[in-house]
Amino acid sequence: MGNRIMSRNVVTDTTFSQPQPMRPGMVVRNVGKVGLVIAPIFSYFFLWAPILLLVIFSFNDSRGVDTWRGFTLRWYQNIFAGTMGGEARFSTELMVNALGNTLIVGLISTAIATVIGTMVALSLARSNLPGKKILDNIMYLPVVIPEITQAVSLAIFFNLVFDFVDNSTGVRGTPGFATIIIGHVAFNISYVAIVVRARLANMNPRLEEAANDLGANTWQTFIRITLPLILPGIVAGSLLALTLSMDDLVITFFNSGIGTTTLPVFVYGLIKTSVTPEVNALSTLMLIFSTVIVGFSLYLQNRSSERPHTRS
Amino acid sequence: MAAGVTPHEGSKAGGFLLALPAMLWLGLFFLLPLIIVLVFSFLTRGQGNQAVLPFTFAQYTRVFDTFWVVMQRSINIALLTTAICLVAGYPLAYFIVRRKTNLGKQFALFLVILPFWTNFLVRTYAWRVMLGQEGLINTTLMNAGLIKEPLALLNTEFAVILGLVYGFLPFMVLPIYASLSRFDFRFIEAAQDLGANDFTAFRRVMLPITMPGVVAGSMLVFIPAVGTFVTSDLLGGTKGLMIGNLISAQYKGSGNLPLGAALSIVMMGVVMLALLVYARFGRED
Amino acid sequence: MRVFVLIAMLFSVFGITAAQETTAIDTDWTCPAGFEGQQLNVFNWATYIGDSTVSDFELLCGVTVEYNVYDSDDMVITLMRQGNPGYDVAFPTDYIVDILRSEGLLAEIDLANIPNIANIGEQYLNQPFDPENKHSVPYVWGTTGIGYDIDAVGYEITDWVQLFECECRVAWLDSPRAMFSIALTILGYDPNSESPSEIAAARDYLIENSSNVVAIAADDGDSLLAQGEIDIAIEYGGDVGQQIVDCACENLKYVVPNLGGIIDYTSIILLGDGPNPALAQVWMDYILEPEIQASITNTILYPTPNVVAIEEGLIDAEFQNSSAVTLSDEVASNTFFITKVSSEAEQYYTDAWDEVKILTGL
Repeated sequence: MGNRIMSRNVVTDTTFSQPQPMRPGMVVRNVGKVGLVIAPIFSYFFLWAPILLLVIFSFNDSRGVDTWRGFTLRWYQNIFAGTMGGEARFSTELMVNALGNTLIVGLISTAIATVIGTMVALSLARSNLPGKKILDNIMYLPVVIPEITQAVSLAIFFNLVFDFVDNSTGVRGTPGFATIIIGHVAFNISYVAIVVRARLANMNPRLEEAANDLGANTWQTFIRITLPLILPGIVAGSLLALTLSMDDLVITFFNSGIGTTTLPVFVYGLIKTSVTPEVNALSTLMLIFSTVIVGFSLYLQNRSSERPHTRS
Repeated sequence: MAAGVTPHEGSKAGGFLLALPAMLWLGLFFLLPLIIVLVFSFLTRGQGNQAVLPFTFAQYTRVFDTFWVVMQRSINIALLTTAICLVAGYPLAYFIVRRKTNLGKQFALFLVILPFWTNFLVRTYAWRVMLGQEGLINTTLMNAGLIKEPLALLNTEFAVILGLVYGFLPFMVLPIYASLSRFDFRFIEAAQDLGANDFTAFRRVMLPITMPGVVAGSMLVFIPAVGTFVTSDLLGGTKGLMIGNLISAQYKGSGNLPLGAALSIVMMGVVMLALLVYARFGRED
Repeated sequence: MRVFVLIAMLFSVFGITAAQETTAIDTDWTCPAGFEGQQLNVFNWATYIGDSTVSDFELLCGVTVEYNVYDSDDMVITLMRQGNPGYDVAFPTDYIVDILRSEGLLAEIDLANIPNIANIGEQYLNQPFDPENKHSVPYVWGTTGIGYDIDAVGYEITDWVQLFECECRVAWLDSPRAMFSIALTILGYDPNSESPSEIAAARDYLIENSSNVVAIAADDGDSLLAQGEIDIAIEYGGDVGQQIVDCACENLKYVVPNLGGIIDYTSIILLGDGPNPALAQVWMDYILEPEIQASITNTILYPTPNVVAIEEGLIDAEFQNSSAVTLSDEVASNTFFITKVSSEAEQYYTDAWDEVKILTGL
C-alpha cells in the first residue's frame, strides 16, 4: 500500500526537464533492493562454485588445478581399475570395501534409528509420559553437542566396557561395526525424531479423535490413520539419517576397528597422505549420489504436502 | 484440549514404552559416556596415557592456564562465522521466501539444501583445492596479473572461517526461512503506512518476529563451529588450530586423556551457555 | 568408453578381477603349506610398502591381507594400550618398539620360523630396543632430515638452524620426540634428555623460532612440499625421496643436517594378542626375502638392512649410492637415535609439545 502511494507521488512530482534529485531514503532503498537480489545470488555462487569446480576438474587431463588441459575420464578409470596391494597409489579394492562398509553401517543404523526415533516422536507428541519435558530437551542434545565430544566420549566408554568384560570373562571385545553403528544410531535417533515430530505437529489430531469415536482402538488408529499420514516424515527422517550416517567422519574415525573403514574415513586418509586427482573423481561420484538421494527425498516430501501449512 | 486429543490414561504407559528404547539408547550410549568424560576430567594422568586416581583439578587448571587461548580463538572464529552466516543467510532466506511461484521457492530452497547434503569432507576438500598456493584462486589471480606472488590463503584462520561459513550457511538459512515463511508480510505494509522506511520496518517489525529463526540458525552455526575438527584440520594449519583438534590429539597418540576430557567439558560449558541464550531468546512461545 | 567404465564398475563391485596368475616380483620364495584361506591384519605407515608386496603375498600363500595405515606410530602404542583391536603386525620405529616391549604388549617370535633373518646384516640385529630380536625383525632404516625446494628457499640448506631461521614457509613434523630431539641438539643437550629444564629450554627455542611455521604435519609434509604449500619441511627421508621421483624435479632436495639428523630403524613387530601369529611370522620371512625387501626399498626409498639384497645388486644403484644411504662421515658421526625415556619424561615432552602447538599458532 505504502509503496504505491509513494510512487504515485514521484510520478506527479516529476518535472521532465530535470531529473529529480534522489532523496537519501530513495538511494538507500534502491541500493537495498539491488543488494537484496545481488547478495543471495552471490551466496548461491559461493555455495556452488567449489562443488562445480571439483566436478569440472575431475575431468581435467592434468594433475593440478592450475590449468585446464583437456577432457578425460582417466581419473574415473583409475578409480575403478586402480592398483591393488600397495596403497601408495589409489586402491580400488580399498575404496570398494570402504563403500560397502559405509552402506552396511548406513543401512543398519538408519533402520534402527528410524524405528526408535519414530517411536519416541510419537511418545513425545501424543502421550503424557512422566519426565516428558526432560526427555524433550535431552533429545536435542546429540544435535548440539559437538561431534568430537561425542566421538571421544564413546571411544572412552567402549574402551571401559571392553576392559570390564575382559576382566570378568576374559573375552576381549574390539571396536568394529557394532561400535560404529551404536554411535551412529545415538545421534540419528534425535534427527529422525525431530523430523517426525514436525510431521506429527502438522497432522490434524482430530483425525485420530474421529477414528477413536468410530470405534477404532489405539493400534488400529495408528496403523490406518497416523502411520500413513506421517509416513512421508518417517521416510524423510530416515533419508536424513542415512545421509548423516554415510557422511560421518568424526564419530566413525574414533570408533572403528579393523576392516571397517568407511568411505569418509577412506577419503580423509587420502586427503591427508596424498592428494591425487582421483579424489576429485571420487568426490564427484559421491556428490551425484547425494543429489539423487536429496532430490528423491524432497520429491517425496512435496508429493505429500499438498495442503498448505496451517496452524490448527 | 478436546477429548481424544488429550492423552488418556492408557497412553501414559504406552507413551513410556514407546519412548523407552530411545531413553535407553541415549542414556547408555550418549549420556553415560558424557558422564564418564566428566569424571575423567577430574582424574590424574597415569602411566601410559590412562586416567587414574586421585581426583584433582589439575586438568582444569591447565585448561585455563595454557589452552584457554585456543578456546578463545575457537569462540572468536565461531562468532565471526555466525555473524557472516547471519548477514549472508538472512537475505538469502528472504530471497527464497519472496519467490513468486511455489516451484520457484522449491527450486531456490533446493539450491541451498543440496550443498548441505553433500559430503562435508568433500566440500571442505574442495576449499583446499581452491585456496592452495597452486590452487584455483591463486592461479586465476596470477594469470590475470593481479598478484605476483601467490597469496597465503590456506593454513590460516581465514581459511577455517571460510570453510565453516561454507559448511554451515545452510544451517542458518533454513531456520530463518522457516520463520519468514510464517511471517505475515502485511505487517510490513502496515508499518510503511505508518511512515516507516524499509530499514525501520525491518528492524522493528520483521526482525523481532523472525528472531526465533535467527537465534535457532545462530545456534546451529555457532555450536558446531566451536567444536569443529575436520575444517580446522584440513584448512587451518598452525594458525587455525582449534579446540576440537587439541581434544583429538589428547586422545590419539601421546596425549593426556584426563586433559582431553577436561577440554571437552569446558567446550561443552561454552556450548551450554550458548544454549541458554537460545532458551532465553529463541523459543517461539 | 562409457561401456568400459560400466563394466569396470561391475567387475570391481562383484570382485571379479583379472585373476593374477603370477607374482609381480620374480621370486623363489614359497609359502609354507597350510595357510590357505587365512587372513593377516597389517598396520603400517602410509606409502611404506612396495606396490605389489601385499598382492604377491596373497597370491603366494592363498591368503587375504587386511591392510590399514596410520600417520604416526604413536597410534600403535595408543591402540595396543587399549587392547589390540586385532592387528597381527605393525611397523614402528625403534623407540616405539622399546616402549611396547617394555609394557609387555608384544608377542615372541621364533626365529626358526624366519630363516630369511640370515639375510640381515649383523649391525642391524640385536639392538637395545629388542635384544636378540625376540619380537621384531628389521624392515628398513632411515633418516629424518630436511626436505626443501631450493628454488623457493634460494640457497643450499645444510643445517637445522637454517630451517628455523628461514624466511620462508616451513612445516614441522608432528612428533614431539622428533621435534624436541632436534631442538635439544641445537641447544647442545642430549637429544633424549629427561631433564625438565632442558626440555623447557627446547620448548622455548621452538616457540621462539616458530614464526615461519605454516603447518605441523604428521605424515604429509612431503605432499605439502610437492604442492608448493611450503618451501621447507622436517620430513622423513624416503617420503621426500618418493616425491622427488614422482615429480622428477630438480629443485626438490633432501639433506641430513651436519649437526645431527635422526636415524631410525623400523621393524616389523609381532603384536601381542594378535589373531594369527603363525601367519605373521610367515609374512616376516616373506618380507626378508631379498627380492621382496629390495622391491620395497626401491619403491619407498628407505635404505635396506638386507645385505644379501645389496650384494646381489637388487637395490637400485643410484639410490644406494646417494647421500640418503651413503652418509658422509661427518653426517654419520652426528646422527642419533631417539630412545625410550622414562614415563615421567614422556609427560614432560607431551605437555611441552601441547604448549608448542598452541603458542606456535599465535
